[in-house]
Amino acid sequence: MYAANFLLLGAVLFSIGVFGVIARRNAVMVLMSIELILNAVNINLIAFALMNDSAEGHVFALYVIAVAAAEVGVGLAMVLMIYRNRRSIALDELSEMRG
Amino acid sequence: MITALLAQAWQAPTIDWHAIAPELVLVAGINLVLFIDLWLDESKKWAMATLSGMVLLGAFVPVVTLAVVGGDVRDAIFDGRYMIDEYALVLKGLFLLVGYVVVLMSQTELEEGGYYQGEFYVLLLVSVLGMVMMASSRDLLSVFVALELLSIPAYMMAAWRKRDPKSNEAGVKYYLLGVFASGVLLYGMSLLYGTTGTTKLTEIGAALAIGDPSVMQVLAVVLVITGFAFKISAVPFHTWAPDTYQGAPTPVTAFLSVASKAAGFTALLTVLYLGLYGATGVHEPYIWVLAALTMTIGNVVALRQTNIVRMLAYSSVSQGGFILMPLAVMATDAAESALRAVVIYLLIYAFSNLGAFCVIMAVARKTRSGEISSFGGLMGYAPGLGVLMTVFLASLAGIPPLGIWIAKLQSFRALIDAGSTAAYALAVIAAVNTVIAAAYYMRVLRQIWMAPAPDGDTSPVVVPPPIRLALAITAGGTVVLGILPGLVLRFADLPDLTGALGF
Repeated sequence: MYAANFLLLGAVLFSIGVFGVIARRNAVMVLMSIELILNAVNINLIAFALMNDSAEGHVFALYVIAVAAAEVGVGLAMVLMIYRNRRSIALDELSEMRG
Repeated sequence: MITALLAQAWQAPTIDWHAIAPELVLVAGINLVLFIDLWLDESKKWAMATLSGMVLLGAFVPVVTLAVVGGDVRDAIFDGRYMIDEYALVLKGLFLLVGYVVVLMSQTELEEGGYYQGEFYVLLLVSVLGMVMMASSRDLLSVFVALELLSIPAYMMAAWRKRDPKSNEAGVKYYLLGVFASGVLLYGMSLLYGTTGTTKLTEIGAALAIGDPSVMQVLAVVLVITGFAFKISAVPFHTWAPDTYQGAPTPVTAFLSVASKAAGFTALLTVLYLGLYGATGVHEPYIWVLAALTMTIGNVVALRQTNIVRMLAYSSVSQGGFILMPLAVMATDAAESALRAVVIYLLIYAFSNLGAFCVIMAVARKTRSGEISSFGGLMGYAPGLGVLMTVFLASLAGIPPLGIWIAKLQSFRALIDAGSTAAYALAVIAAVNTVIAAAYYMRVLRQIWMAPAPDGDTSPVVVPPPIRLALAITAGGTVVLGILPGLVLRFADLPDLTGALGF
């Protein structure tokens, strides 16, 4: 079916995003991976709205876009904050606390 | 589809203003605090805390009047996707009260630390607004929006000490795992929407109850529960919790470990009971494993902590396991007692855990240390704080007649009601964990009662008035609810939510 291709694309993007979050050590790359996940969700929602013939998916996708923008705003501010304090945005160097 | 929708004449829905008054008061209050902060002189910033506290208490008034008035009409506003029932009101009351206590705790911490004050209270109020909305949400979309509304300000609050690398680390870890979790949650939600054709939880429940769940539905349920598991710091998704709790300012830690966790559980409860109850074979074993792991690992790691905040962080992880426990049997005969057990546990746990953090803050103002050994000889120079800490920790350990014992009793009763082998096995694991937990709480108490003061420093602890008030509220709640559990048991008779499921 036509819409199934979109679901496949969504699944691939989601998998790439999850891999990026787990494997990447650069904070900005992790943020980009999270964006991939959220966009995979959007593709899914739109495809499902097409399949189910309902508007709820469209509305949901709009909300996800808005919330994702707010999240990235906070995220980039945090990356700036750690860059100012330690001149590096490598996440594996963030290990003050252990145990 | 869209054109058909646009062709319909649009009619304004009738809005029950009384029903959404708590949210409206909070929204108005947030704007008020934001604008007054703009024009307030730096030396008068202390007024922001008072104002925020008044906003939270102001929002509490309509919650009480709604509970007194009762009625069925307001359940149906917004097409049943946003409900104001007794379940919602109890939890709204809890969130507002916790918010108030956190404002009291933040006041001195922020003033003495020289941190931004106005912005902090705005973010705190926004987060509480998200929690209040979460209690009423009965739709995937409103659950998601409420979850983000309560989380995004909390990320910033965790990193509030901008120049402190530990606080930075706390904020970044919380942010990255929190956002990742909401991504996973959203992907699960999109699959749930796709396979059932709706985002309304009751309709999803009806669709899932027919026949065996498909592969996509199984995946959806697992992803949704995983997303919430991050929020409630269930093992193995708890890795952010200890670091964030230790690095964040203490009032924020108290807020995260009580209010944010309770909001996560609220969302999980609503989604499980209204939406996912049909997929028993999927979520029951998954939550069973999560609960068993959370209790055990949280406790075992807590045993070897030397920093008291970190110890309480792991203790709060393991308490989360106890709260999760009854949900592992929710689809059997125990559905009603499981729901009651979780709500009661959330209510009582809030008082005891907040109280423990209040005492830690009060003592740390003098000792400037977070080590357990810094509590040595507390009974000698501050008997009041020593007794209060004993009350809170004994309650967390589950010793009658203090608070949490009745909640633990309810959780065990839900498992016994279920009566299956898996339920009994979980009850045994929980019983063993109760004993392990007592060990590390007692270690702190031994320091307080038996050990000498470090460096022989026995100067008295000065407890500022806001923290006194916070201590009075939390200690009162812990003791009264333990002795008169009937008060809270009646609250948690939740005819509306369970009635919606047809029990």
